[in-house]
Amino acid sequence: MSVGETNGKQSACNGMAAIEMRDDYELIVIGGGPAGLGAAMSAREHGLKHILIVERDVELGGILNQCIHNGFGLHYFGEELTGPEYAARLIGRLEGQSIDVLCDSMVLEIIPDEDCHVLRLMSAEAGYRTVRSQAIVLAMGCRERTRGAIQIPGTRAAGIFTAGTAQRYVNIEGYMVGRRVIILGSGDIGLIMARRMVLEGAKVLACVEIMPYPGGLARNIVQCLQDFDIPLYLSHTITRIEGKERVEKVTVQEVNDRFEPIDGTEKVFDVDTVLLSVGLIPENELSRVAGVEMDAKTSGPIVFENGETSIPGIFACGNVLHVHDLVDYVTTESEGAGRAAAEYVLRQEDTSHVREYENEPYISLVKDETVAYTVPQRIRIGRIDDGVRVFFRVKAPYKTPKRIVFRDGERVVASFRRPYMTPGEMEHVTLQRAQLEDVQGDDLLISVEEIK
Amino acid sequence: MFDVAIIGAGVVGCAVAYELSQYELRVALIEKENDVAMGASRANTAIIHGGYDPEPHTLMGKLNVEGMHRCFELCEKLDVEHKKTGSWVVAFDEEQHGTLQVLLEQGIANGCEGLEILEGNVVRLREPNLSDDIVSALWVPESGVLNPWEFTLAMAEVAVRNGVTFMPITEVTALSWREDHYEIGICIVGAWHSAADEDVAKKNTCLSSLPKEKVVMPDCRAMKISARYVINAAGVESDRIHNMVAPPAFEIVPTRGEYYLLDGTAAGHVVGSVIFPCPTRAGKGITVSPTIHGDYLVGPNAEVIADRSDTSVTRSALLDIAEKARRVVPNLDLRTSIRNFAGVRSNSTYGDFFIEKSATNFIDLAAIKSPGLTCAPAIARVAREMLREEGLPMERRTLWRGGRRVIRFKEIPEEERAAFVREHPLYGRVICRCETITEGEIVAAMKREIPPVSIDGVKRRAGTGMGRCQGGFCGPRVLEIIARESGRDPLCIEEDGCGSVILIGETKDPRYREV
Repeated sequence: MSVGETNGKQSACNGMAAIEMRDDYELIVIGGGPAGLGAAMSAREHGLKHILIVERDVELGGILNQCIHNGFGLHYFGEELTGPEYAARLIGRLEGQSIDVLCDSMVLEIIPDEDCHVLRLMSAEAGYRTVRSQAIVLAMGCRERTRGAIQIPGTRAAGIFTAGTAQRYVNIEGYMVGRRVIILGSGDIGLIMARRMVLEGAKVLACVEIMPYPGGLARNIVQCLQDFDIPLYLSHTITRIEGKERVEKVTVQEVNDRFEPIDGTEKVFDVDTVLLSVGLIPENELSRVAGVEMDAKTSGPIVFENGETSIPGIFACGNVLHVHDLVDYVTTESEGAGRAAAEYVLRQEDTSHVREYENEPYISLVKDETVAYTVPQRIRIGRIDDGVRVFFRVKAPYKTPKRIVFRDGERVVASFRRPYMTPGEMEHVTLQRAQLEDVQGDDLLISVEEIK
Repeated sequence: MFDVAIIGAGVVGCAVAYELSQYELRVALIEKENDVAMGASRANTAIIHGGYDPEPHTLMGKLNVEGMHRCFELCEKLDVEHKKTGSWVVAFDEEQHGTLQVLLEQGIANGCEGLEILEGNVVRLREPNLSDDIVSALWVPESGVLNPWEFTLAMAEVAVRNGVTFMPITEVTALSWREDHYEIGICIVGAWHSAADEDVAKKNTCLSSLPKEKVVMPDCRAMKISARYVINAAGVESDRIHNMVAPPAFEIVPTRGEYYLLDGTAAGHVVGSVIFPCPTRAGKGITVSPTIHGDYLVGPNAEVIADRSDTSVTRSALLDIAEKARRVVPNLDLRTSIRNFAGVRSNSTYGDFFIEKSATNFIDLAAIKSPGLTCAPAIARVAREMLREEGLPMERRTLWRGGRRVIRFKEIPEEERAAFVREHPLYGRVICRCETITEGEIVAAMKREIPPVSIDGVKRRAGTGMGRCQGGFCGPRVLEIIARESGRDPLCIEEDGCGSVILIGETKDPRYREV
């Protein structure tokens, strides 16, 4: 397929009929990837009638469309799917649901308002519009960290790509980006692209990770590196890129525990391509400008148990909230946010309940140095049914069994055993309503502890 | 036969081209790279300097204030992004405070207006993020920041519109005086030789990247052109060009400066004006300055290097810059960096700009170091006068078409946007998410006098890929638009300079199965 051919699709938007846009909606979902699709569908199932999904790309599905490998859906659909297949199932559910979809369109600004939020959006099809919506679900996903963010010394030659950009060129546009490749960072997209480049005939010389442990899922280390004899250098980084026009050479060095390169450990690789897989950053510029309170650790909004942000009626789910390893969890999380958005709207319509939840008390989840972050960060007991699922990542890898402990002051509220944990794999536990009801303090402290 | 050949399409060469395009002259603007502003003109601190820094007896001192006023005037006229931010030179002790006095007097001698030295506390009221250790600072209200590559490009575009012939990817190899004109040996810069097979190598040449109808397209790789006058504006190569016609008079001391670009959205408010430390013999020091795009530049250091084209960044310099910048702005968060880059400045053994008639009908505008960007329009005025003195007849063009207007979606007022997008639907498709740049802006850039041939060429014109994701999302789409609008094979489209190709072939091509 040539690059130009993707161009004709903009009005098709996954074959859906052109829409009559309204000026006001009950819910606008920003982003038509797995998170947005899950939230919209769930909100529909929970009673909302006027829903709009705004998607930047020319079709729905988000980043799943370029993830042509398998491994998606084991938890949610109970079978192994490719990214496009997983997306197709979510998109298929929209059929006949009269949810408005606007592709090739971008929300430029959210102006929060107590009664009805205002959105400014731009669309190749619908033009520049101002629309109102009672509720908003933020589902913009994330972007990749770049070379500038990690300051790799060397020239500015062509041939340096983030793994996701390379994935788009190879899987969507049908072009090869290089022949001799080195991967910096062991995030999942980098690992997936290592295998992909080999399958397309390139030579992948190494994957280099600055941390002493891999960043991606264990299954990807095995299936994408080990199965293809690609060496993984832990505690190593790229310290120099050479080449005038295109990358010609890369120097890799071991790092000490302060991540400084160690002299004398230089290895030089003759490569024409460097793929970066050095982290993902939730894409929250819209949220920030709207004034949503942010969590410095997740780079996503601070949310309550139902995905609601600090601004009433604005919810967040998926990678815009925190970076997930598995799309299956994005789907469940977004279904929760969609349902919560529906409940919010229906409650607004039922005037007797309007002020019911104002100044509602909540418990803050706080963490010690063993835990990187939690989502949600705040729990309102009155809002949960039986329990609340808490997602978190540990700060360092644990190879022996440990327990996750939630404490209210000194008292242990809940404790969970885990045989193995690593920062590269998101963990989750469920706190029961009964356990939370007894909490006396304002905070609940989560930490990793030895098993006694 | 050209009347004038300008060697080098950096800011100086383009300023001269702009100046000369107003006269009935046949002018060639020769550039070895695939675009204008590919050297120091694009990798610098983007400052319009106030004029206190150079000593009054130097050319730099004489031209700075004139250049500054002309810069602002041209930015207005040519719709170049700019902002009069003012700048501070900060002092940490009594000795440096003394230096501020010297700068103040120098500034007054050079014609600067509104200079004043203020106490540290007063300075911090205006720039709250500055260090508590700063005892005083010199305020330079007239200085500012601009978009340096757009400035260069804007002048070149007007020049081309008025008949100047732009010759990119053309390297000057020889200059010889032939009774009444120069014979200029030129070479079309070659291919990307590391491409695996002949087929791809051919496709990837810069030659194929030339938009044929817009520029003169020599039909062989080495050839000659003639010109009665030659202007040497070759920047970091200007001594080599000089030495082709005259005995060596100066030597370029290529001096590399490295930078951080910090993301304004992530960094929050850092500074509202340009912050300089006290200058030393080595230069103006590490500055922290706002860019016209709402980001921040931190740098440059000054390192003499052997290879004039070596714009690589180094770990040691970046660490050094970070440390020095934090002395001035202690809470500077360099984790918000989105890009590092380096530029090579044309410092020289001469110490000042080398602006001379060095041979018959040959004018050096050489060794243009800082504040060269600011001085460029004044240097061009000097060059024009020198040409006239050398006997070049100059008659004003009757039909000179100046001015320039760029549509930037972001600048369209809220209430006019809907109507504008209805009328121009291409502006309704956002290509660069981080900077909100639309397809309309990219296509407009492709249709200007000097169309971009690379992803970075589009970036310099439309602003795509300047933001947080650094082109991660929009890169493939920009490539697609360049290919579509110019009718070129996507495989030939470069990231930046000549030969910096992005794609090496199609997938499933059996030729690439063997490594």
